[in-house]
This record gives sequence, C-alpha cells and structure tokens, in this order.
Amino acid sequence: MFFSEVTNQAGTFFYLAPWAVFFPVIGLLFNMAFGRKIGEKGVAMVAVAASTLSFVVAVLLWLSLRAQPEGTVIPLASWMTVVDVSWAFRVDTLAVTMMLVVGGVGSLIHLYAAGYMHYDVRYKGDPGRYGRFFVFMNLFIASMMLLVSGNSYLMLFVGWEGVGLCSYLLIGFWFEYDTKGNLSTENAKAGKKAFVANRIGDFGFMAAMFYMFTVFGTLNFDKVFAEVPAVASANPHALLIITLLLLLGVTGKSAQIPLYVWLPDAMAGPTPVSALIHAATMVTAGVYLVARSHVLYDAVPAAQHAVALVGALTALFAATIAVGQYDIKKVLAYSTISQLGFMVAAVGVGAYVAAMFHLIAHAFFKALLFLAAGSVIIALERAHHPLPEDGGAEGEHHGNDPEGFDPQDMRFMGGLRKVIPVTFWTYLIGGLALAGIPPLVAFFSKDEIIAEAKSADALVYWLLVTAAFLTAFYIGRQIFMVFFGEARSHAAEHAKESPWPMTSVLVTLAALSVAGGLLNWPRPYLAEWLGHTLGEVEAAGLNPVVAGTSATIAVVSLLLAWWLYGKRPLESAGQPDPLKRPLGWVFTGMEAKWWVDELYWAVVLNPYVALSRIAAAFDVRVIDETVNDTAWLTDFVGGKIARWQTGFVRNYALSVFVGVLLIFTYLLWR
Amino acid sequence: MVPTNYLIILSAVLFLIGVAGVLVRRNVLVVYMSIELMLNAANLAFAAFASAFGALDGQIAVFFVMTVAAAEVAVGLAILVTIFRTRQSVDVDSLHQLKG
Repeated sequence: MFFSEVTNQAGTFFYLAPWAVFFPVIGLLFNMAFGRKIGEKGVAMVAVAASTLSFVVAVLLWLSLRAQPEGTVIPLASWMTVVDVSWAFRVDTLAVTMMLVVGGVGSLIHLYAAGYMHYDVRYKGDPGRYGRFFVFMNLFIASMMLLVSGNSYLMLFVGWEGVGLCSYLLIGFWFEYDTKGNLSTENAKAGKKAFVANRIGDFGFMAAMFYMFTVFGTLNFDKVFAEVPAVASANPHALLIITLLLLLGVTGKSAQIPLYVWLPDAMAGPTPVSALIHAATMVTAGVYLVARSHVLYDAVPAAQHAVALVGALTALFAATIAVGQYDIKKVLAYSTISQLGFMVAAVGVGAYVAAMFHLIAHAFFKALLFLAAGSVIIALERAHHPLPEDGGAEGEHHGNDPEGFDPQDMRFMGGLRKVIPVTFWTYLIGGLALAGIPPLVAFFSKDEIIAEAKSADALVYWLLVTAAFLTAFYIGRQIFMVFFGEARSHAAEHAKESPWPMTSVLVTLAALSVAGGLLNWPRPYLAEWLGHTLGEVEAAGLNPVVAGTSATIAVVSLLLAWWLYGKRPLESAGQPDPLKRPLGWVFTGMEAKWWVDELYWAVVLNPYVALSRIAAAFDVRVIDETVNDTAWLTDFVGGKIARWQTGFVRNYALSVFVGVLLIFTYLLWR
Repeated sequence: MVPTNYLIILSAVLFLIGVAGVLVRRNVLVVYMSIELMLNAANLAFAAFASAFGALDGQIAVFFVMTVAAAEVAVGLAILVTIFRTRQSVDVDSLHQLKG
C-alpha cells in the first residue's frame, strides 16, 4: 500500500500523489450517495472541497519537487504484469505543473459553478440536476489528474478516455434542450459529435500504442524514451508512424485540423464546463502528450514539422472563423481552437517550455473569458425572465425583448459595461491578455512561441503572426459589441451583476492573468523548472524585435476593431455586421465557418449513413429473415411430431414393446 | 428334474401375459400386477439357467430383482394412493396431461 512509501522517502510528500486522484473520487462518490440529502449548498461544498484537496496535493508535490527536482515514481498497484504495465504515478516537474493548473483552475471553476448552476438549473426547470453536475465535474478532475500523472502511455490513455467521457456527459448535460431552453436533441447531438470526433483521434492514439508495444515492448515512459536512440537508428520509419498516429490523437483531443469541428458544438454544455474542460484543461491534453513524448518527437524532425504545420494552420483558420461569429461562446470556442493551435505549433517547433507557458497562461485568461461570458449570459437570463428570488413572478416572461432573443447572441447585448462592471473589467483584462497586450500574461507566452517559430520555420512564423493579428481583432470586436455602445435589448439594459462566488473567481483569475507573466519573466523560472523534465533550458528572455512587433500588431488590431465596432456601435440587433460590406463573400465564409461541417457531411457522413442504411436493410431482409424462417421450420416440424405424444401410458408401453420386438428381430435375422 | 426348456417356455409365457396385461388393462393396480408378473418371469429364467449351469450368479440376481421390485412397489403404491386421492380414479388413460 502507498503508505509504506513514507518510510522510503522521508521528508517528501511524493507518496501523496495518488490522492490527487482519490480526493475527487471520494467527493463524487459522496455526492452520488448523499447528494439529495445534503442539499445544494452541501453538494457544492463537498465538490469544491474535493477539488481543492486535490489542488493542495499538487501544491505539496510542488514543494517536495523544489527540494528534489528529479522527481520520482510512486507505484500503487500492479495491473498487467505480463506486458509490464502497472498503476504508477509519475511525479516530475511537467506532471506537477499540469496538476497545479488542473487543480487550481479546476477548484476556482468549481466555486464559480456553485453559483452559476444555481441559476442554470432553475432556468431549465430541473433543480434536482445540481448534484449530478458536480459528480461529473469531480470525475473530470480525477480523470485529468490521472492523465497528467500516469507513468505509462496506457495509464495516460485511461485518463484520456475518462476526460473524454466527462466531456461527453457535460456537453449533453441538458440533453433534452437546446441552448435557448427549448426541447430538442441539439445538445445530445453536440455531445455525440464530440465523442465521435474524439473516437477518431483515440483510434490514432491506440494504434500508436499498439505499434509502440510491438517496437519497444513496453509502454512505460522511461523505458520507451531510453530505447528511442536505438530504435531511431534501426527502424526510423517506426518512430515516424508512431509519432504521426499520436498526432492524430492530439488533433482529436486538442481540437486541431481536421478534427476540431467538435469543440464549437461542445459549447452546448454549461459555461463552467466550457471554461474548465473545453478551454483550460482537457483540450490541452494533446499539448501535454506531445511535450511528454518530446524524446520521440525530437528524434523525428518530419513529425515535428507536421505537428508545427497542423498547429499553425489551425491557429489561423480558427481565428478567421472567430471573426465572423455572433454567439459570445462560439467566438471564445474558435479562439480556444486558435490558441491551442499556437501551443501545438510551439511543441512542433520544439519550444516545449513556451508551449507549456502558453498553456498555463491560456488556462488563466481563457477560463476567465469563459466564466465572464457565463456571467454575462446569466445576467441577461436573469433580466429576461427573473426568478422569484430576483423579484419576478413564477414563470414570468418579459415580452420587451426583440423577436428571437438569445442570451448568448452578442447582437442583443451592448452597453453592458455600465450594468455589470465587475464582469466588464475582468472580461476586459482577459481580452487584453488574449490579445497580447503587455504586461499581461499572454504577451510573454505568445511572444515566446512566435520568437521560437521565427527561428524554426518561416511559414509557421507568418501563419502565427497573422493569427495573432486576427486574435486581437476578434476579441476587440467582441468586447466592443458586448460592453460598449447602447443596450440592444431589454435584457441587456436591466442585466444584474452575478453573486460573489462567481465574481470573486473572476477577480482571482483576472489577477492571475495580469501577474502570470512573472512565471517566466524577468527570471525564466518556468524554463528552469520544466528543464528538469524536458532536459533543456532555453535561452530565455524577451526578443525585443518580436515583442515590439507583436505588441504593435495587437494595438493596431484593437484600434481597427474599435474603428469598426466601437466608434459607430451597432444600433439594433438586426443590423448587419459592419465587416460584411467591405469583405463580401470572405465574411460570409467566416460567418458560415467555411462550410467545414457541410463538407464533412457531404464527403464522409452522408456516404457513411448510406452505407449504414444498406447494412440495416441487409440485417432486416437477410439475417433476420434467415433466423425467423429457421424458427418457423422448427415450430412446424415439432407440431407434426407432437402428435405422437398422446399422453396415454399404454401407447408408450406399446411403442416400447414394438421397439423391443424390432431389436430382437434384428438380432435374430442378422 | 424338470428340463430347462420347459422352464424357459413357462417363463416366456408368463412374460407375454404380463406384457399383454400392461398393454390392454387400464386399471393401474392390474398394470402393476402385470409388471410383477414380468419381473417374476425374468426371475424364473434366472433361476432356471442358474440350475442348468450349476452356477449361483443367476440366483443372486433373483434376490436383487426381488429387492428392487419390493422397493418399486412401495414407491409406486404411494404414488398411486396420491393419484387416487386427487383424481378419484385409477384409470391410466385419465393420466395424459403431460402430452406434447
């Protein structure tokens, strides 16, 4: 048992590593068993406490690692001894960095969700579902901790699938409604889409693991990495295939081209879910996977190049779509895809520290943006149809809002800076951080990526710079549309600021977004820290040319957004976007997400559905018919033979007698 | 000393009477008696062959058959009593509920 490790490693907290997984599991089991009895407050307290304890474990591991930066492996139990796979937790600087992000941001979002879901369950009319939400959230924290602390690819995969399951469950949390609260299967379909897209990626991951096992004979990180030089010289193609298959897994989980399509639809989940799973943590699992496998990728430059290109293309492509969206969460979703593209491009060019830095920065500011967006949505909902506790009558519906009102549509917002100031200021900080305005966190992290890309690959560099320009533009457009100008609906005019559990989290995350840059600047603390695991300490420090350029780009882009959306704000919800006329079909394409979903339907899904129909017809006409006919024949023959069974004992005795006679006759005449 | 042939013929005749009794009579008690008749026909054959060959095996078999027959009658009559109690009849043809 793991307590025995205490004696072996006196003075450290390494033996606590499994508890980062156990605490949330205990929390979710408790809430499953007693959730209905302890009420909303109790459920929230248990869930937040479980998540926070998990974070405390991560902090203790961090403290221990400072003294012993080489880390250790904590074995827990054996699993498949034949193939050398066991449940063992890997405590090193990379894993603990991820654990701190997951535990820290996860706990904050749990706290926020305690306030947010109070309203959400009431607007959807099912308060009993409050507990279920936190069970799923704790399950997610447990799975994610398992993912980042596993000591083998298989254990990582267990966590990988666990977070995928939680993602599915939480996207479809309101499975019987659409985002506007009408009965529909829209949310359920969004969850299914995420699951299927991830399954394609998981196929790549699993194939990579199978092939890795045949080549290396193990899935243990240390053993695989130790064998890499030998395999690289003996069988370089094997490494290329493994790394490319892993890349397929990354494109699924981290929403890169071509599998990114599930992430925008995943916004169907409640907003804290979008913040935690689909922005801050789960979708960065792909980046973590590549960083964890850096020994493999470093040995295959072709695969690195593929990773960098996929990331850079995704960064630019998603940024263009984000410019043309009206749904406040869809903009952030495409922004997330774009920022993940930055990270993937960074690991592709070998800038693992920069990628991890941006991952942490993104966890701060994107979680902030999503939570603030959630605060905006709830504020509008509360003004649109107030709950009894906000002074509204039961089931009352304000008829003052324009036709087709949607609390997530930015065209129905405007002027919100006056009514919800805390949300506004925190949103502004998150937005400026995303845009890369110094001295906010993403300025440092994004610059590091761009500087590394410049020295590695010109194409990747230009793609990323263009994406950075669009990033500042779309977030500027969003802020001006949502918070400036005049209110374009009744709800926007009477919006209410969210309660303290929500706003305090927003303020904390805003502070982290401001101060996060200190992690790696002016002293490259993060680079030194991760260097213990990644085996490289980059020449850190700000490249003044790149920093100056990108800061200028961000400012110019924000000014452009102001000129288009801030100077002459939209006056009514129905007015066309000011970009529509100058850009023409380009803007239509951005608005329609470049018809990628339609393309997938035409090329992949429709043929697949047709094939399924044929298979279904074959099943009914051929297989079912054969089985039914066999059953009919048996029944028919049985019915005929049953006549022999008269039920009269003497008949049976006669047949026995006749049988005996026949046997004797045969024996005599033989 | 009676010739073995006669004994075997007697045994066969007794056996056939028993078979005929089982096949044609409907009263369960008579059917039972016919079965006993067949068993004793077999016993007679055993005893006849035993004396003809001068070996004891056949005689021992007779004791076994008698024991088994006694046990069978004990169980069979018990069942018979139960059937009579529930159906007020000992007609074997009235017992045909188990037909397919």
